[in-house]
Amino acid sequence: MSQEYRTMWRELGLNLDNHDQLMAVLGKVYADIFLSQQNRPKKTEYLDFVMSEVHGLRIKELVEGKKQGRKVVGTYCTFVPEEIVIAADAVMVGLCAGADFATEEVGKYLPRNLCALIKSTFGFKLGGVCPYLEASDLVVGENTCDGKKKAYEVFKNLVHDFYVMDLPQMKNDGARTLLRSECDKFIVVIENLTGKKITVDGLKKAIEIVNAKRKAVHRLSGLRANRPVPISGLDSLLINQIFFYEDPVRFTSQINALCDELEIRVKDKTGIASPETPRILISGCPMAVPNWKVPSIIETSGAVIVGEESCVGERGSRNLVDNSGSTLDSLMDALVDRYLMIDCAIYTPNNERREHIREMVAQYKADGVILYAIQFCAPYTVEATEIEKELEKDGIPAIRIETDYSQEDVGQIKTRIQAFIERLNG
Amino acid sequence: MITAGIDIGSSSIKLTILENLSIVRRELVPATFRPLEAASELLALVPAGSPVFATGYGRDLLEAKFNIPTITEIKAHALGARLLFPNCKTIIDIGGQDMKIIQLDSKGKVARFEMNDRCAAGTGKFLEVMAKRLGFTLFDFSKAGEAGKDTVTISAMCTVFAESEVVGLVNRGFSREDISRALHSSVVKRIAAMYKRLESENSFTVVTGGGARNTALLTLLGEVLCTGIHYSDDSQLAGALGCALNAIPPT
Repeated sequence: MSQEYRTMWRELGLNLDNHDQLMAVLGKVYADIFLSQQNRPKKTEYLDFVMSEVHGLRIKELVEGKKQGRKVVGTYCTFVPEEIVIAADAVMVGLCAGADFATEEVGKYLPRNLCALIKSTFGFKLGGVCPYLEASDLVVGENTCDGKKKAYEVFKNLVHDFYVMDLPQMKNDGARTLLRSECDKFIVVIENLTGKKITVDGLKKAIEIVNAKRKAVHRLSGLRANRPVPISGLDSLLINQIFFYEDPVRFTSQINALCDELEIRVKDKTGIASPETPRILISGCPMAVPNWKVPSIIETSGAVIVGEESCVGERGSRNLVDNSGSTLDSLMDALVDRYLMIDCAIYTPNNERREHIREMVAQYKADGVILYAIQFCAPYTVEATEIEKELEKDGIPAIRIETDYSQEDVGQIKTRIQAFIERLNG
Repeated sequence: MITAGIDIGSSSIKLTILENLSIVRRELVPATFRPLEAASELLALVPAGSPVFATGYGRDLLEAKFNIPTITEIKAHALGARLLFPNCKTIIDIGGQDMKIIQLDSKGKVARFEMNDRCAAGTGKFLEVMAKRLGFTLFDFSKAGEAGKDTVTISAMCTVFAESEVVGLVNRGFSREDISRALHSSVVKRIAAMYKRLESENSFTVVTGGGARNTALLTLLGEVLCTGIHYSDDSQLAGALGCALNAIPPT
């Protein structure tokens, strides 16, 4: 099997030496962080399987699909509508990377003081270690923050087919018009790529598939509101991470099956930690695989994470697309309405995000909020300072944690998080 | 009731033994590359059976090796400072590789805190490196900081850049005293920024950690923060003291 994968990886153009290195580290980190957890639900076996085959079976599926003409579209942002990709019978995969790789190579293209997420994306390309990226027939960037926007100007020369989607920066009437026109353009791009016409039926079916996937994670979120919490924040984060590249229909059925088990756990009052364990909401920048640093510090320091206000989390999956329309035009309007509600920090003002943090604190019974930001991420670090003050004023303990993908600050972050948890314990 | 606290810091290891809320033993040894051995020697001084808590960067090591329970430096300094100064509202802990501002609530519990991240700016390590660069002992360095005049400022916060800045100033003929003054001022500026971030102005402020032994720092802090800065001979032991206090079982 492994030999078959190696041939596949070689054919995709991966650098096998580098890839072996990455997989060795990933396997060890996964075992240390995930498999060492106590009282995991049985159905998390699915997550273990997905992760063990993350560059194997899933890539094989994609490659086999490609042979039948199923295109693969790689993306870096929750703003790129998966519905449109699925409506053209293509597959969408998230490409964001969560580990430093080939940092010396990255230095040839990017300044040092840029966020780790962008640098890591370049590192995975330059190191030749991401089969999802190499399997992508089209890579889609988007105009979110300045860092990504400018980095894409460089990145587009490193991949064979690259497209950039524009995004509004304010939520007004002009924003809706712009996003609608960008989504319409994206339809044309995807139709040209796949040679398939997007129809009303095709789009409706795609909306249904993606809505069902979102509903499954909404169900998971709801179950995490219970005390004791039936599943760890780490496993929940992982679910939100594989949301981006697992087959959506299989994902939905597996996560629903996991939720069935969690419902029984809730009834039996079985949890992953005692009911008194401090509950934390994490809010801020996205965490891509294998960026588990801060959540693993939190959950090994005597607290549980009950929600992620993040692109890889509720910010990315909140709200469904209204599927009642019967024309392409009305469905596209509904789609744009849903995507325009994503409260990314690139928007100004972005008051909805503050409201959502408060709502999530109440809904998931969080005792405190950790405002997580990747170092040098201007949008989220700037918002964090104000949000921290507002939350504290309302009596909700909050702390800002700013870090990157390196391990050198783990000691200090641990001290800060443990002191925050001591505070929550009173 | 006898309890003890041990603080395994990056520069020194401190032990405090408490009996009925009075300090009966104070120990301080430099942190070596063998913290566990140094800690064992100190722990041998604790009467058998007395409850002990640990804090500091080496706390996890003690927990793993000797099964000693731990608290963070933040909680430890908060408890220790309150025992030294019951009116304490804000703590400035200047340690070997950390600098923290801790704000207490009306019940004396930790409310909020700020802490430097991975960089050594504003910490004891910064002052240590600079003293060495100027050929001073730590004691003489702080005296020079008091004697020097405000003829120059150091703008770099980073230890490495500040060191190059010092070299530049030495070569431009500035006196060691004035450069020492500038270095202390730069640390104080950094502390003041964090202090103000927590809106701690006019609160009863206690300095703990090794930085409390640096008189230039204390004087400048008092001037910049415009508030009476409190400290005691036991300030450096505050972390260990807080642990000993935390080790007292609830009644």
